[in-house]
Amino acid sequence: MSPSVPLQEMIRAIRSARTQCEERGVIQRECAAIRAQFRQTDNGGRSHNLAKLLYVHMLGYPAHFGQMECVRMIASPRYSEKRVGYLGAMMLLDEKQDASLLITNSIKNDLSHSNQYVQSLALCTLACMGSAEMCRDLAPEIDRLLRSSNSYIKKKAALCAVHIVRKVHDLGELFVPSARSLLSEKNHGVLHGAVVLITELCERSPETLERFRKTVPDLVQIMKGLVISGYSPDHDVAGVSDPFLQVRILRLLRILGRNNEAASDAMNDLLAQVATNTDSTKTVGNAVLYETVLTVLDIKSESGLRVLAVNILGRFLLNNDRNIRYIAMTSLQKIVSTDHNAVQRHRGTIVDCLKDQDASVKRRALELSLALVSASNIRSMMKELLIFLSSCPPELRAQAASGIFNAAERYAPSKRWHIDTILHVLTTAGGDVRDETVPNLIQLITNTSELHCYTVHKLYRALFTDISQQPLVQVACWCIGEYGDLLLKGECQETEAVQVTEDDVLDALEIVLQSHMSTPTTRGFALTATMKLSTRITDNVDRIRSIVSIYGSCIDVELQQRAVEYNALFKKYDHMRAAVLERMPVIQKNSLGQTNGELSEEPMKESQPGKVKQEETALPPQPAGQVVDLLDLLGGSQEPLQPGSSVGGSASTQLTAAPSSAGGDLLDLLGGFEPTPLAPAPTVTVYEKNGVTLTLSCEQQSESGLTVTLTASNSTDSDISGFTLQAAVPKSVQLQMRAPSRDSLPAHGGAKLTQLVVLNNPNKVNLKMRIRVSYTCQGSVVQDMVQVDSFPGL
Amino acid sequence: MMRFLLLFSRQGRLRLQKWYTAISEREKKKIIREMTTMVLARQPRTCNFLQWKDLKIVYKRYASLYFCLGVEHEENELLALEIIHRYVELLDKYFGNVCELDIIFNFEKAYFILDEFLMGGEIQETSKQIVNRAIESSDMLQEDDHSEWYEVELFG
Repeated sequence: MSPSVPLQEMIRAIRSARTQCEERGVIQRECAAIRAQFRQTDNGGRSHNLAKLLYVHMLGYPAHFGQMECVRMIASPRYSEKRVGYLGAMMLLDEKQDASLLITNSIKNDLSHSNQYVQSLALCTLACMGSAEMCRDLAPEIDRLLRSSNSYIKKKAALCAVHIVRKVHDLGELFVPSARSLLSEKNHGVLHGAVVLITELCERSPETLERFRKTVPDLVQIMKGLVISGYSPDHDVAGVSDPFLQVRILRLLRILGRNNEAASDAMNDLLAQVATNTDSTKTVGNAVLYETVLTVLDIKSESGLRVLAVNILGRFLLNNDRNIRYIAMTSLQKIVSTDHNAVQRHRGTIVDCLKDQDASVKRRALELSLALVSASNIRSMMKELLIFLSSCPPELRAQAASGIFNAAERYAPSKRWHIDTILHVLTTAGGDVRDETVPNLIQLITNTSELHCYTVHKLYRALFTDISQQPLVQVACWCIGEYGDLLLKGECQETEAVQVTEDDVLDALEIVLQSHMSTPTTRGFALTATMKLSTRITDNVDRIRSIVSIYGSCIDVELQQRAVEYNALFKKYDHMRAAVLERMPVIQKNSLGQTNGELSEEPMKESQPGKVKQEETALPPQPAGQVVDLLDLLGGSQEPLQPGSSVGGSASTQLTAAPSSAGGDLLDLLGGFEPTPLAPAPTVTVYEKNGVTLTLSCEQQSESGLTVTLTASNSTDSDISGFTLQAAVPKSVQLQMRAPSRDSLPAHGGAKLTQLVVLNNPNKVNLKMRIRVSYTCQGSVVQDMVQVDSFPGL
Repeated sequence: MMRFLLLFSRQGRLRLQKWYTAISEREKKKIIREMTTMVLARQPRTCNFLQWKDLKIVYKRYASLYFCLGVEHEENELLALEIIHRYVELLDKYFGNVCELDIIFNFEKAYFILDEFLMGGEIQETSKQIVNRAIESSDMLQEDDHSEWYEVELFG
């Protein structure tokens, strides 16, 4: 076909422009010429013009003024103009443009054109940029073309139908019958289109999926034909017969076999055949194998087939081609949770891939390695992961560090190993760890009291090797502050101890304080550590005092505040200094996950048994008397004991005389800390006026809970109605009024009214209550208020 | 489904763009910029697959041109490489030892060939010969533009 000379001249002119500015100038001139040409009526060069405009558009310049020209060209009877017009429509008119609707009619006409290449243009454009309305309009036409006898048109109609289904899901139903019949075609292009269409329909609607399951035998048949049959020159690619069609069919089989035993069974043999017969020396064969593996792993395949699939992936991992290794790892990642053991077998190869040159392969290998870490292989895997961390690309460091921390937390074989691992990560990739690492590590160290000595010696050394890794320096400072005394002792069981003097230690901390690499947070750590050492060292307290006072005028507000507070600790509160700066208690473990099953001790619990023990020893032991009292109380009444019992009547007077006191002591011993009241609650009259009496009694329910009972009675000659009580208590006390028993008081004390008030006094404030009384008597309303300042029995 | 196909030179100049979804011009420009930056930054002898947002990017370099295909999650990456290769073969057959200049000066033909091979983000025809014959026939039709329409027989 002869090239378009005007187009090529323009392209040459643009390319010869030496600067961006010059190019812009050329393009502006050309665009002006094109616009002028557009305005003229029909001339021979219209297609060349539009082509020029499309070139300019590809360079990135605006070309929207060509949209109408596209519409005109599409409507032209000339094929050359239609061709460029449709191309322009696909490039300039997407469904978001209003002008796109204008070509709907042209497309409709061209779909029924006598020449298949014109039909082809229309189909292609519709499939590329057809909007939902256009699709709805033209769907019946497409369905008609699906049944045409021309395979060239049929294959394009199939893909057009795919686009329509993607745009307007409901129209899928329309194409189901034709799609089904297309499967019996021999033409590969049509077959391919049919498979794509069926895949799309099945993905959209589960009912359609059910219906198409019946096609599994047909699909298996077609695949068999492709795999077994001889060389077909038309479709052969490096020894594989039509790999594009094979892959598509495998994908459809995957969708049909998913979660369905029967369908999966039907395709078992075929998949095994494809897996074993396909030549894996070239990429194209591996593409088919890859799709087969994905299908096997996704359907309900039998275990032998699954093992075969995982082995293929294992072979891929050893392939020289990086692409193949990459996709093998991607697939293994998908099945690592379901077929964990099978993937574990290839752990060695995966770990080797950590050393690959390619960053994508490294990333996949890292993800997979982290997923394969387990309790049995933690030590060897961690070794590899730490080696990887020291040489890994910067974008993977954070992911690697956090993955290592997670793995260490879950599977650490010993605390020392755990601490060592974290320290190793902090020295290699300290800058990329998450913020919570420092407090987590500190918590871990605190809880491992047997390793305090080891940890502090190790950290001290680490501090001198590299002062720039902030998280490491922070933890080191904290440890030196806390366990400085262990450091100075100079002896350690697990590791070679450093021999340092107090000055050395303070020097180290001062270096951190003054280093320009230390962040404000780190310096805060160092300052606090220096302060803590004032109680752990003996000679250089003055030096600490001077450091602290210097920082009292530091520019950093946080440091200044700390220094000033520490200064105050030295001056005014020196008596408290030892207590404030003493060794930190074991930190309560929060929900970070289980590590080694050890729980932290709770200091609180220890005090309680002590208290109880004290009580027991305080009571003088009186075995005989106590036994008697116990028997008496259990008996419940004050009746004299049976004559037959060893206790005898001689003790009975003793019993009646002092049951309450002895009994009270006994109760204290047995009952714990809450005294249970023996006598009924005392009542007190709080209000007495005009014949209305209000009494109050209270009962302690718990440490801070109290129930107050208000009882009202009426001793006058007339009835009282509408009797209500309102109560108010001090602010920190909580109050709840229960419903009163009645709201009227008959005359002469005929019935009493009770109201319960529940109080909660958690702060143990002095309890007061204001009560407002309100009632109606002889037609007049009476309101009164009384304040209760002391409660009986409290 | 394929979302887009881009061809660009080693200097980052776009030679061909085909989009299979409707997105705005601004969005297209952004994607082009990102693709060119990402792909041109890749070292030689690294693997041809990248992850970008929710798409897989498959790219291959042929002489001075980078072919970059953006595919959806379920697509087979190795097959995508084969698709790119098939397209290059078709161009090669048509232009005879195709080079970048051919594609620059005859970009509309490159599009016509592409539109016979792929459609709506899917493969349209798996046979090289059929695609070639279709292009030839369309070209002949274009040549005889000024005469009456005539039926062209397509074999196969």
